[in-house]
Amino acid sequence: MLILTCPNCGITAEETEFHAGGEAHLTRHGPGASDDDFEKYLFMRENPKGVHFERWRHVYGCGKWFHAARDTMTLEIFGTYTAQTSTIPQDIIDKISDRRPDWQPPETA
Amino acid sequence: MSTRIATGGRLLNKSNAVSFSFNGKQLRGYEGDTLASALLANDQMLVGRSFKYHRPRGIVAAGPEEPNALMNLGRGGQFEPNQRATTTELFDGLQAASQNHWPSLEFDVGAINKHLSRFLPAGFYYKMFIHPRPFWKHVYEPIIRHSAGLGKAPKEKDADSYEHFHAFCDVLVIGGGVAGLEAARTAARAGAKVILLEQTAHWGGRAPVDGGMVEGASVASHIDGLVRELSAMENVQMRTRVMGAGVYDHGYVLGYEHLTDHAPAAQGPRHRLWRIRAGHIITATGAIERPLSFAGNDIPGVMLAAAARDYLVNFGVSVGDRTVVVTNNDDAYRTAIALVEAGLNVPAILDARVLPEDSVLMARAKELGIRVLMGHAVSSVKGGKRVTAVNVCSQAGEGAVLETIECDAVAMSGGWSPVVHLWSHCGGKLVWDAALATFRPDVNHPPIGADGHGFVTAAGAAAGFFGLDDILHDAHAAADGVVTTLGFKLPVDVVSPNAARQEETPLAPVWMMPHGASVKLREKTWLDYQNDVKVSDVRLAAQEGFVSVEHTKRYTTLGMATDQGKLSNINGLATLAGALDADIPTVGTTTFRPPYHPISMGAIGGEARGDVFQPLRRTPMHEWHAANGAEWEPVGHWRRPYSYNRPGETTHDAVMREVTNTRTNMGLLDASTLGKIIVKGPDAGKFLDMLYTNMMSSLKPGKCRYGLMCSENGFLIDDGVVARVDDDTFLCHTTTGGADRIHQHMEEWLQTEWWDWNVYVANVTEQYAQIAVVGPNARKCLEKLGGMDVSKDALGFMEWVDGELGGFKCRIYRISFSGELSYEIAVDAGVGQAFWDALMVAGNDLGVMPYGTECLHILRAEKGFIMIGDETDGTVIPQDLGLNWAISKKKEDYLGKRAQERSHMVDPTRWKLVGLETTDGSTLPDGAYAVGEGVNENNQRNMIGRVTSTYHSPTLGKGIAMGLVLNGPDRMNEVLEFPGTDGKTYHAKIVDPVFYDKEGEKQNV
Amino acid sequence: MSEPISALNGAVYNQGIAEVTALDPIGMISIRGDLAAGYLKKPLKKITGVAMPDMRGINLDGGTGVAWMSPDELLLICPYADVATNLETLHKAIGTNHALAVNVSDARAVFRVTGKHTREVLAKLAPVDTSPEAFTPGTIRRTRLAQVPAAFWMVDTDTAELVCFRSVAQYVFDLLKTAAQPGSQVNYHRG
Repeated sequence: MLILTCPNCGITAEETEFHAGGEAHLTRHGPGASDDDFEKYLFMRENPKGVHFERWRHVYGCGKWFHAARDTMTLEIFGTYTAQTSTIPQDIIDKISDRRPDWQPPETA
Repeated sequence: MSTRIATGGRLLNKSNAVSFSFNGKQLRGYEGDTLASALLANDQMLVGRSFKYHRPRGIVAAGPEEPNALMNLGRGGQFEPNQRATTTELFDGLQAASQNHWPSLEFDVGAINKHLSRFLPAGFYYKMFIHPRPFWKHVYEPIIRHSAGLGKAPKEKDADSYEHFHAFCDVLVIGGGVAGLEAARTAARAGAKVILLEQTAHWGGRAPVDGGMVEGASVASHIDGLVRELSAMENVQMRTRVMGAGVYDHGYVLGYEHLTDHAPAAQGPRHRLWRIRAGHIITATGAIERPLSFAGNDIPGVMLAAAARDYLVNFGVSVGDRTVVVTNNDDAYRTAIALVEAGLNVPAILDARVLPEDSVLMARAKELGIRVLMGHAVSSVKGGKRVTAVNVCSQAGEGAVLETIECDAVAMSGGWSPVVHLWSHCGGKLVWDAALATFRPDVNHPPIGADGHGFVTAAGAAAGFFGLDDILHDAHAAADGVVTTLGFKLPVDVVSPNAARQEETPLAPVWMMPHGASVKLREKTWLDYQNDVKVSDVRLAAQEGFVSVEHTKRYTTLGMATDQGKLSNINGLATLAGALDADIPTVGTTTFRPPYHPISMGAIGGEARGDVFQPLRRTPMHEWHAANGAEWEPVGHWRRPYSYNRPGETTHDAVMREVTNTRTNMGLLDASTLGKIIVKGPDAGKFLDMLYTNMMSSLKPGKCRYGLMCSENGFLIDDGVVARVDDDTFLCHTTTGGADRIHQHMEEWLQTEWWDWNVYVANVTEQYAQIAVVGPNARKCLEKLGGMDVSKDALGFMEWVDGELGGFKCRIYRISFSGELSYEIAVDAGVGQAFWDALMVAGNDLGVMPYGTECLHILRAEKGFIMIGDETDGTVIPQDLGLNWAISKKKEDYLGKRAQERSHMVDPTRWKLVGLETTDGSTLPDGAYAVGEGVNENNQRNMIGRVTSTYHSPTLGKGIAMGLVLNGPDRMNEVLEFPGTDGKTYHAKIVDPVFYDKEGEKQNV
Repeated sequence: MSEPISALNGAVYNQGIAEVTALDPIGMISIRGDLAAGYLKKPLKKITGVAMPDMRGINLDGGTGVAWMSPDELLLICPYADVATNLETLHKAIGTNHALAVNVSDARAVFRVTGKHTREVLAKLAPVDTSPEAFTPGTIRRTRLAQVPAAFWMVDTDTAELVCFRSVAQYVFDLLKTAAQPGSQVNYHRG
């Protein structure tokens, strides 16, 4: 069972206080979007073996959403940051690069 | 025979004798005994029958690795099967019964299987029972079910209680032997917050049994000193009777505490599950001795050498008058020496090794006059329900008997395996240690924690260190390393204690005894006692092509019993490796999974049983409903009255009465469970326009509007009435099940997509008791309460107003989900019951009756109103339900709009909502499908629609329904065929879904 | 108008290792907005007399105070009878600024747990470090109590107050009773 630190209230808590919300940094496509863009937005998700960016909500705590950078294999948490972030913060990228020298930031960064 | 001797028994309180029963026989023991030691003290070596062949089995071990001595304990609400006698502390009145035998332990019919054993090899079930196919269900399975299983399932509800406890520490030390105590002391002296767990009731592990000197004092007094020092430290929590059950991600550990198992009269929970989050875990879990593989090694009286020593030293129990010791290492000599020093007879030590010179312990044994036979082995053990003799042979040969030695016990030792379970649970890797002939933790591949670094360190014997001095130094160094990584600093004066070194000669790996044992001997050589897996079975598996250890495990059931292969694992792997002609490390090991030792279901459930199994949500009027005949309907965690049944009335009759009364007089509905969410801010209107399919920003303050919400997939997820409170503020009603979900849905969009919009939301669902006053007399009732104008002119349909009724501050919404004149009135929850009472009094001579959810459903169905969850199932879009009028054409965007433009969503063949009316007045079965022409590719009749809601309408005197039907709205008056699951076929005509008052005259008065 | 009653109307359990009391209705106003804004800080200071709490803080003076609930949410705690006046004060101060203040007094149930095993009772139900060094008076913890959301704080070293939703008041009371059952002391926390 993971432990995560909510960047909104500063609490480090166990996974049962949180709710997982899937992949982070998706771009919403609405009316006018092409079928391809809309399909990508609605259905297509990364499923990496390694570094991943996820949405979490501190559902039993402050109720706020945040993002987490996590290794899906080792479960290492590289860091968490608020959900009001369209791009991956530099300090998180630096931390991951330090721990995973071969890793390349995704295009969304 | 096994018996209590006059001396020894360091764990016993001999001044307190206790009585207990075994298979109905009254026996006596002492406080401090385990059930196993007390049974042995009463010469009860035979304790059970094996799983497959029903062979007589005796006690093999003295700890949790025991495979045979499984008991049914207690009775009634305290009955529990499969409890190990070796870990069960004795108490006065304990009741134990052996398992897996019929009719009795001494005489067992199933033992016939052992004569059939050559017909019951590995994989027998798979091979035998597959043909002919029907035999499995009707013949084989019933027979196997009858003969399988160990203990009996409890019949009564568990009478005990259980709980969880969350604890947090820097360093968790699992195991309270010398290594664990030393590690805990070191970590604590560095200032870390330490929890130390020990599974037994005693500190020190097996060191006091093995002896030794630490810093010039006995190891026992060293342990006492450590316990005293740790007990006095503020930053240390020490717990006995708590087993480290499992290690999980990010330093999470489950500890399993026995609270009252040894003291059943005590108050409080029986078990406590510790949910510990540790910065780092030190596993000081010791080691388990391995059996040796020789013919007859399962006959009662054959025991692990260290267990025999434990029973002698800890409990003053001799396991036999004449004990032959058989070994491949030095440690078993300690047993021989201890037995002789206690005045018992050891006719011989059979040592499979051939040593160039005597080891220290060997020399000591010889001094005591014990006969040591080097290079010798057991060819076979003689005896049935008890050992009578051993046939001695050369280890190097094929088992030719050189000599027969009479004895009543055999103490065997095949070396020691570190307890690596907890290290491995969360991914710690193992390395093969050829010198120890065992796997031990690979320090380079520990389990990885949240920070990407290892969070488990093994210490002492669990790390592969066996001499007392090595154990202490390793434990000290391990703890020092751990606290340093955690940022603590060990004071320089805290150093590892030194123990007197005892030189031991290395063991020689022995996986089969004798080395060239014949098939006949191998067929009587057990690897897994509990599951009856023999050396011959593993060899057969290898021969049949099972090269993976995980496959062999499942094929032979090796290590699959409740002891999870604690004794059999290494011997089994070695046997498989031998048969495959491969190295043991290449064969590898099976995966260790938690729990280390079985834990109770009660402990896992914790407090969640009985009244608090799950939360029940209650409205402010819950108790009134209960007192007035409410038949409950679960709606999420809420309980809502389905109907209010009067004495002698059926539920159906009650529902019919409630519908008729509401349509003719008036009814009260507890609508408090409906969600109420405040949405406020300059961008509130814009936000709601995105959430609802229709336009909300154009709603005027004081007015209400019905709205639909969709997911980004386009599917309908909720509906309800929105009231505009003022320019900036809206109140959104949701369905009962939608309150929390829609509140979270709003927060999600506001926090993660439109965080620059100025909107705040608040879920005020439970602030209010909301009561629907419904029916032709509703207005009269409110006028009787008085206090505000509720006339049509003052409060028109789809309007709301704040005011006061009968002295209650309230907000009234003129909305209707029934088609009747209807007011939904919200008051503060704290006065909800009082307001309900006031309405019941005011409505007394107006025919007021409370009504439940089923009446509500019929009222709305008569009006053709859809219900989220009935007409929708997560695949239905508003357009399917003929709700196009509630979808704004003007808006550029709303959640779900783009999805509703997808080709599948605009497909004209999507099933559409219609009304259904049976041709004979009967009621359609819920969920029934309409069938059309032809069959599909599976030769099933083509389906052209389904029933989504169906009721008997007392208003119309017939069955009415709604359904989704292919081209439904274009097929008015067509009669469809609905096959029921009751064998009947129903016929229903497609009609308009609004059955009652289509013009809306009744609600708009 | 009738007197408001709490969900459990003053129920008490005192047969176990801690005393559990369902408290009479307490005034609670949920506030959302920019917590640094003067139009929130000033009226709150006026109403409560206490300083604005820091992250996860709760500042109480008797029955009145403010708790930090999230970066844009506060909970004003006051006597039940003062809610209407306090809401008015807040609304006046907020004026046309973007903030939300709403009465949630009746939507909540409040319990007091007292006795030297109070911290243990909480630790049986919530995945929270309730040790005296980790959880001090002045801190509010929003978390999970078994299967429902709850928030609690230490009033003094042996007394906690706990808020949950009104509808689950009976469940929470039963949970606390179970966790405080006789003979269930853990004797874990020192001091």
